[in-house]
Amino acid sequence: MLTTEALVKELVEKNGRTRNSLMPVLQGIVQQEHFLSEEALLCVARELDLAAADVYGTASFYTFLDTVPRGKNIIRVCKTITCHMKGKDEIINTLSNALKIKVGETTHDKKFTLLTANCLGWCHKGPVMLINDEVYPELTPQKALEIVEEYAKSTH
Amino acid sequence: MENNLKKVDIIFEVDDKCTPLEVLDKTLKRSADDIILDLIDSGLKGRGGAGFPTGLKWKFTRNESGDVKYVICNADEGEPGTFKDREILDRVPEKIFAGMTICGYVIGAKEGYIYLRGEYNFLLKNLLKKLEDFNNALKKRNIDFRIYFKSGSGAYVCGEESALFESMEGKRGEPRNKPPYPTVAGYNSKPTVINNVETLVYTTMICHMGPEKFKALGTSDSRGSKVFSVSGDTPIPGIYELELGMPLHEFVNEFGDGDTKAVQVGGASGHCVPRKKFNDTIIGFEGIPTGGSMMIFNSSRSMYNVLHDYLEFFTEESCGQCTPCRVGCQQLLKGIEAVKRGERPPAYLDDLKKLTGTMKIAAKCGLGQSVGNPFNSIIDNFREEIIY
Ligand code: SF4
Ligand code: FES
Repeated sequence: MLTTEALVKELVEKNGRTRNSLMPVLQGIVQQEHFLSEEALLCVARELDLAAADVYGTASFYTFLDTVPRGKNIIRVCKTITCHMKGKDEIINTLSNALKIKVGETTHDKKFTLLTANCLGWCHKGPVMLINDEVYPELTPQKALEIVEEYAKSTH
Repeated sequence: MENNLKKVDIIFEVDDKCTPLEVLDKTLKRSADDIILDLIDSGLKGRGGAGFPTGLKWKFTRNESGDVKYVICNADEGEPGTFKDREILDRVPEKIFAGMTICGYVIGAKEGYIYLRGEYNFLLKNLLKKLEDFNNALKKRNIDFRIYFKSGSGAYVCGEESALFESMEGKRGEPRNKPPYPTVAGYNSKPTVINNVETLVYTTMICHMGPEKFKALGTSDSRGSKVFSVSGDTPIPGIYELELGMPLHEFVNEFGDGDTKAVQVGGASGHCVPRKKFNDTIIGFEGIPTGGSMMIFNSSRSMYNVLHDYLEFFTEESCGQCTPCRVGCQQLLKGIEAVKRGERPPAYLDDLKKLTGTMKIAAKCGLGQSVGNPFNSIIDNFREEIIY
């Protein structure tokens, strides 16, 4: 794995050095490191010649650009209205019990973070969750457990 | 009961005789002015919710001077209850690409961007492949236009066009002051056409089938058809393309479960229509306009919970830039909680309604301005459910 500095350099190389490339660079870091560390934010500020506060200001605006450490797999359960109607509470409780963490927390082995999200665009097939970039609609507690178990088994 | 609800199939129609690239070839032989005239004639209004006439938007941008202009496809669909664009992106992306290219030709832009919400990143693999083929096809035809993707990172407000530009420019997605409008100064402060996914597909289809066929659908105020996303208490949730201007009762006959108490038209920021008003509510620009979201609630649902969910959503998604919205959303949420707990008298709800009036006038963008839609329609029609 690349060091943070090397990763930032690579992303800047690929996306360009203008302000317009800030989002793709931050997104690229999150993809690799699952969150934006202080080191990463400072590196980006240096490479793009922006104030660190400016970079942090942008990063902290977006839900998917986490600035606190997250697990390797980020589970986001939709909590908005129609998923609520279709039983998102049960899904959250089931996952919370199985992973032994509350919403917002990360497991000790750093494999999972459990979060809620606003409407994911699958309202007709709720309840739904996103794990990293993968979407899982029409969940039942059982189904949600099985999916997460699959992630737990996989090594990467 | 008799039902005249007209299902249409323009967007997802599989027509072997006409591929998006062929529509493009045919259309680019015509003059930009003719294309604009057709679009204006068709009566197509933006399908993202605001409903600005698409042909005029293109015309204004075409008339701006300057050699750098942009076409942007707004695929930052985040309104709760709305999922039509995801389906369009997944099933007929080439029709979106073609619409963007035609727009580029009309206004004189060389670059187009699709701003895809981060929640839809799983679509990217397939989309990038199709985009590469499409861009190659443009190159082969010597068409000087390229399309790129930009991903969002989970912020509902970025669906607001000026916030979307800010985000593309690497900033916090905070809406800008208007004017200037995007047609004058949009992305990178250049003249920009920004259209919703569905709107762009309709431009392709109008170029394909001609304005007459499109115009024949709908009503005089609401021309054409549109894609609706139906969710909630319905046996048949999903995506449906329907003629505009339908009476709500016909919609409920078709999609309700026999026990429909209310329909939230236009997503969380739209209006909640109670059963007693189904008969005289029209879905279209002459009645309740909508970006396409239809959420159905049956009699077992607590409208307090529904409103509470909506307000939580807005409180979380407000960009925080202006006080009426940032503080207003929180006060509305706390306010209905206080009334529910009996800490405030029922009359407090009327004070809160006044607050939404202030928000409508003083909030900077559509998010803060429209919170009063669900709030007032639910308070007015289901007051007892909020109090007890
Ligand atoms: S109305 Fe709300 S979302 Fe819009 S600019 Fe003001 S604070 Fe931001
Ligand atoms: S409400 Fe959960 S996906 Fe839309």
